Amino acid sequence: MDRQRGQFRGFLHRRELRAVSDRTGSIRHDDVLCFVTLRNERVRLPYFLDYYRRLGVRHFLIVDNDSADGSGEYLLDQNDVSVWHTSASYRASNFGIDWMNHLLRRYGSGHWTLTVDPDEFLIYPFHDTRPIGALTDWLDTYEIRAFPAMLLDMYPKGPFDAQPYHEGQDPFEIACWFDSGNYMIRKNEKQRNLWIQGGPRARAFFARRPEEAPSLNKIPLVRWSKDQVFLSSTHMLLPRRLNAVYDEWGGEKASGCLLHAKFLSPLRGKVAEEMTRNQHYGASREYRAYGSGLETTPDLWTNWSEKYINWRQLEILGLMSRGMWT
Amino acid sequence: MTVGFLMLCHTALERAAQVARFWAESGAPVVIHVDSRAPRHEVEALHRRVSDLDTISFSARHACEWGTWSLVAATIDAAQQMLDRHPEVRHVFLASGACLPLRPLAELEAYLAVHPDTDFIESVTVADVGWTVGGIDTERFTLRFPFSWRRNRRLFDGYVRLQRRFGFRRNPPAGLVPHLGSQWWCLTRRTLDDILSDPRRKEYDRYFKRVWIPDESYFQSLTRLHARCVDSRSLTLVKFDVRGKPHIFYDDHLELLRRSNCFVARKIWPRADRLYDTFLSPRPAIGTAEPDTATIGRLFDHAAERRTRGRPGLYMQSRFPRQDHENGKTAAPYSVFQGFTELFPEFCGWLSRQAAGRVHGHLFSPERVEFAGGASVGPGCLTDSLPLRDYNPRAFLTNLIWNDRSARQCFMLSPRDTQPLNWFLATDPNAQISVVTGAWAVRLFRARRPFAQIRREAARLQRLETQQLGVLRSGYVKARVRIWTLSEFVENPTEPLQTILEEVGVRNPRQLLTPPQMVDLTGFGGFLQELRNRGMQPRLMGDFPAPGGWRSPGGAVSGEGEGS
Repeated sequence: MDRQRGQFRGFLHRRELRAVSDRTGSIRHDDVLCFVTLRNERVRLPYFLDYYRRLGVRHFLIVDNDSADGSGEYLLDQNDVSVWHTSASYRASNFGIDWMNHLLRRYGSGHWTLTVDPDEFLIYPFHDTRPIGALTDWLDTYEIRAFPAMLLDMYPKGPFDAQPYHEGQDPFEIACWFDSGNYMIRKNEKQRNLWIQGGPRARAFFARRPEEAPSLNKIPLVRWSKDQVFLSSTHMLLPRRLNAVYDEWGGEKASGCLLHAKFLSPLRGKVAEEMTRNQHYGASREYRAYGSGLETTPDLWTNWSEKYINWRQLEILGLMSRGMWT
Repeated sequence: MTVGFLMLCHTALERAAQVARFWAESGAPVVIHVDSRAPRHEVEALHRRVSDLDTISFSARHACEWGTWSLVAATIDAAQQMLDRHPEVRHVFLASGACLPLRPLAELEAYLAVHPDTDFIESVTVADVGWTVGGIDTERFTLRFPFSWRRNRRLFDGYVRLQRRFGFRRNPPAGLVPHLGSQWWCLTRRTLDDILSDPRRKEYDRYFKRVWIPDESYFQSLTRLHARCVDSRSLTLVKFDVRGKPHIFYDDHLELLRRSNCFVARKIWPRADRLYDTFLSPRPAIGTAEPDTATIGRLFDHAAERRTRGRPGLYMQSRFPRQDHENGKTAAPYSVFQGFTELFPEFCGWLSRQAAGRVHGHLFSPERVEFAGGASVGPGCLTDSLPLRDYNPRAFLTNLIWNDRSARQCFMLSPRDTQPLNWFLATDPNAQISVVTGAWAVRLFRARRPFAQIRREAARLQRLETQQLGVLRSGYVKARVRIWTLSEFVENPTEPLQTILEEVGVRNPRQLLTPPQMVDLTGFGGFLQELRNRGMQPRLMGDFPAPGGWRSPGGAVSGEGEGS
């Protein structure tokens, strides 16, 4: 029922999307595709696109939600990017997920698809030596259709905008710290997904209201088929068996991390804008929390923060796992 | 000494062409079998790629389906073609399109020259293999399998069940002992010729056509009838994972493969450019070192372990075990102390001086999270926020132990603390729980509060501790639990303290134990008597004689207070 509703919503919201640059004809049948919704992310785009190109993503399908900073123009010049423009409400489209579901259904079916935000960077086991095709081929061998990657909030030492981020720069040169072991997990019996909360956002902004802390569980890499929909961002998928990306009998399945480069200088402008636009999840309560928190406690760093080295470090810390892929 | 290669190919044909060319150009004839379902244009491209080499030929094509006779049929045709066309071949090596030679051909030829009459084929009787996946081992040879496992799983399973129910059995042809083994072998010409020209071959073939996965048993069984010298191992490095699929090799396995000294490895990821470039480039033959797969074996065993058992005490996005399937509810042993801080106000400081461990205070105190050293942030960036701790106390504790698992964690507990984890602690074999029952009363005894409040609090704490003791004494306990009554403990505290310390790990074992300073319990018996006089029955402390009356240190005069 939820699934039909999700598909129908995607169908309804499809008219809001206007193809600005449709290069989907160049997609080949075994390409890994990347789906993104963005607004005013010009400064982040060059590094973002290059990062995923290096992993082996072949085509980007991007919804530009009325950017005014030149993001649209920049994307037009990229040969491997198709762009849809919309000026409709981000919130009314279920925070972009209706648009994503529509594009995924239309262009993603039969492909491995990666649905991420422009500040999310996928890390999977062996990503430094094996392209993403190695992972998807391996998943295909076992008929696994969904690969989990928990959101790992990265932050700099000191105020998050002390060191300005400049175009093309690796964001993790600045935001290189993370929380290694304060994540709280419970199982959502209805949709069978794990609900993960914690990290710097929970401790800094939601210490008094933990139940409102942002969800960190994500399933960004999915072999798409027409009967699938994302339910709430990429936190949950339908049919729900796709959410069973974890082992319940003591073993470990393979998983990755989405390094989240949110706490960087571009955030300042975003917070100011969202406070008035009110387009984000939960009546933008997360942004509201930053609005108050970013002035009073701008430094997320603690004595126990870990400095990012590589995926092996994340695996040793227990944040991700190679499972039996070795 | 010439060796000929049979290659069974179905995908990644351009890689197969590269490998075939490598062997052919090194002087070995190659017979290629291409699955008849491979796309036509790819097959034509493969023919084109090797058309300049006349020692490469193609055998009759079969539609190969895993687990069925078709693979054996394809192998037999290819082998026959090899024997017919290349009389110079002394050994025949069966490989797949996803195989990669790791050593120059000359090294393999030299190795085979040393073993001219040896058949290298893994061949083990059914009773002795433990690696079959899917639950069908002996029955592979005693039932019939006319339905496809891949396409008609339900028919396959149903027919197996039917045969089991009616006790159907069939026997292998007389004289044949079924053997199993890796399907990748290297046989001598003589053995292979004998197998293919055996007068009873029709009978054998008819039997094996209905055997499950005959490519792992046909040659493995028949070799036993004809071979002079069987070396029961495969010259092809192939490792299977816990799901029964071959592990794949990638560019980052280069050094591992190089050092293994294996002749051929499978399965190689088709886009592992560096592996193909490295191993297919011409190199001088160096020696006849024996293959050694121990390192690779360990790596893959480790992967299997991680997939099936995981890391104990870790709860994460791809490992969230159900209750009783945790394989370690926590990551490391830890110690819980109840009643000690009440009796020894300096207990935490004393313990951290004496013991090699991380000594926290009352982690679950209702006032604050007492991390070791009074820190507000703990290992893994756990914070002292009470709502965060109480939002998911189990995650709080398991995270703490996982994050700081190199040090032994110790923490204090009391009936005053929030206690959602009683069952969790009691059923965790890693927990070592020491309880001095009734010690909470010492704190009340020393408190300067109105006696009515004290009495109420005493009743509440006694109720909570009684419940907790019920858990700790239940039949489900897996933790190491020690319980003393207060009076027992006070009589001789040194011995239990010594035992506890030894378990936590003593910092300086030669030092004589100096117990911490205990509170003065003069008048405690009177205090308990006073509780009794007020109608509350203190049950958990043991016997304390009550000489004379009792005066509250806070000046609460006995006699005032509430009813009940």
